[in-house]
Amino acid sequence: MTEPLLKPKRKNPLARTTQPLLPPSARSRKAHGLTLAAATGRFMLQCCGECGRYTYPAREACPNCLSPELAFKDAPTGGSLLSETRIEVTSDPYFREHMPWRTGLVQLDCGPIAVVHLHGDCGEPGSRLTLSLQLDRAGQAVFFAKSVSEVPHMEDDPQWREMTADPKHRRVLITDGRSPLALPLAQVLKKAGAARIFVGVTDRWKPFDEQASLEAIEGIELVDLDLTSERSVQDLAMDIGAKVEILINTADHVRPARLFDAGAANAVREAMDHTVMGLMRLAQAFGPVMRSRGADGAAGAVAWVNVLSVHGLSNAPQFGVHSAAHAACLSLSQWLRTELKPGGIRVINAFAGPLDTEWFQTVPPPKVAPKAVADAVLDGLKRGLEDIYVGDVAKDIEARLFDNPKAVEREAGQ
Amino acid sequence: MSDDILGKFAEALASGAVRVVDLTHTLSPDFPVIVMPPELGQSAPFRMERISRYDGGGPAWYWNNLSFGEHTGTHFDAPIHWYTGRDLPLNSVDTLPPADMIAPACVIDCSQQAAGDADFLLTVADVMTWEEQHGRIPARSWVFLRTDWSKKSGAGYANLRADGAHTPGPDTEVMRWLVAERDIIGFGTETIGTDAGQAGHFSPPYPAHHYLHGAGRYGLQCLTNLDQLPPTGAMIVAAPLKIQNGSGSPLRVLALVQERSTG
Repeated sequence: MTEPLLKPKRKNPLARTTQPLLPPSARSRKAHGLTLAAATGRFMLQCCGECGRYTYPAREACPNCLSPELAFKDAPTGGSLLSETRIEVTSDPYFREHMPWRTGLVQLDCGPIAVVHLHGDCGEPGSRLTLSLQLDRAGQAVFFAKSVSEVPHMEDDPQWREMTADPKHRRVLITDGRSPLALPLAQVLKKAGAARIFVGVTDRWKPFDEQASLEAIEGIELVDLDLTSERSVQDLAMDIGAKVEILINTADHVRPARLFDAGAANAVREAMDHTVMGLMRLAQAFGPVMRSRGADGAAGAVAWVNVLSVHGLSNAPQFGVHSAAHAACLSLSQWLRTELKPGGIRVINAFAGPLDTEWFQTVPPPKVAPKAVADAVLDGLKRGLEDIYVGDVAKDIEARLFDNPKAVEREAGQ
Repeated sequence: MSDDILGKFAEALASGAVRVVDLTHTLSPDFPVIVMPPELGQSAPFRMERISRYDGGGPAWYWNNLSFGEHTGTHFDAPIHWYTGRDLPLNSVDTLPPADMIAPACVIDCSQQAAGDADFLLTVADVMTWEEQHGRIPARSWVFLRTDWSKKSGAGYANLRADGAHTPGPDTEVMRWLVAERDIIGFGTETIGTDAGQAGHFSPPYPAHHYLHGAGRYGLQCLTNLDQLPPTGAMIVAAPLKIQNGSGSPLRVLALVQERSTG
């Protein structure tokens, strides 16, 4: 049975903070088909277009019929445990910090046999298991197997915690308390066991509706944070930078503007300042300290979430400024991901379509409820995802971009 | 004597017979700016980003880049700021006649009324009462409305509610009257604007802006230390930045106050 993860003790200030290490991360280009699947929480293996057999590890030709048509395809997630190995001693620097470590051989229902990371409650050889592809601390795809049925405290398994960014006992910063996402996020994170939730609020002299509801949640602390001010962001990082294990950037600035309007430049500058430059300021202030705390105990720094517009992936002219700003945020987010990688910090992008909020009031449905974004972000943290698509519009755009990005562009402009 | 006015002035400054009062708030990122409905254009708040501080960006020097709207912090409104002043000559801060940058001020103390009523409005009757005590407002004088609002900060200072800001200011008639009947050079307040918080509902809307700028007069807002000024006699130095075609600017506002002789 998995031992429940207890609230971590306060750090011994005389002890050096454990420095982050990463598991081996070399992968072939083909193997990044698994990375793509793991990033979005799918279970995909190469499947031969000729003979229909699944194959693993990733390769160039089907080992059965030598066909080069080996596309990644969703595969059944079931498997049976063949053997279990409990590793007590290793020369690998990352795994040495996590001994003992359980791995196993699993016969996948779709054919191949794979070496997988094993949850602590997988039972004896012959047990039925559910497989998933996870991104490890190095951001590379690995197999992880858990028992088919839920067991108590399943999510507290130390190996599973390394593959995810569970908010339990972690401290979270939500950057924009005025965002309609802030309250539902704070509520779901509190329920998921977050130790403390900091909520950044700009211009405290401007009242806002959700303030009382936010303050009513136990463990919430409203803090001054204005992403358009370098000083404000730096000041907050000086206070709580080393107390943030999960940062959720909810900053947005949706304003209608047409490209050729007089004054559109102001709208663009403001949107960029709130979103792109805001993310830049956050990255500069909070990035280094989070990266240095990636192995700081059982609840060390673990994830950075950006809530982005799906229109950042392809410009939607009715939200032209918004689209351009979020496209830039996405690029910056990829950069940030590389910079945070040495700390094992996961950068998660949650792409949402138009939210059911005042700035999308005139947009016809389907729209995304803020609560749905909050649930999806929590799910992404608990499953260790990297790209989350929230709501029908985002999912549709993701699928169509995969199929034909030009069609998405042309249809958005009509 | 009259051929050495500035010499006497220098002596008075040196001896403390003339005191210099700073009527300016510190220009900082936290100072509230005017809030417009979010779909309209917004004033950029004051921001400062470092270029270097004796570091890799400049090993021996410290300097910053600044950004702000023309109407941030303690600031000056030029006639071109309002549509009523758009066609006047010399209506922007760069063309402002230098002689207008130095003028006497009448300070009308309404701090008690404002303490009891955030929506307090200055009326012609209030000014008449003040004149009975201190004499008629001289032409080309500043009129400063003292409310002690500058002693508030943050939310209390902006005082925003669901129906907008609630801060004291002048009523419509007093603004028309001060410009037409008293020929004032400008009107100054301690609040975010020269107009009252609810002045958008007046007729015409924003009467201080409407009448002042329509007649080529000026506004000063976010003033502080008005409680250190005498009702009459202070000289105000208010020189906005010389911004090409600028509608206003943050500035340092100084008051020269003659200490009462003890003899």
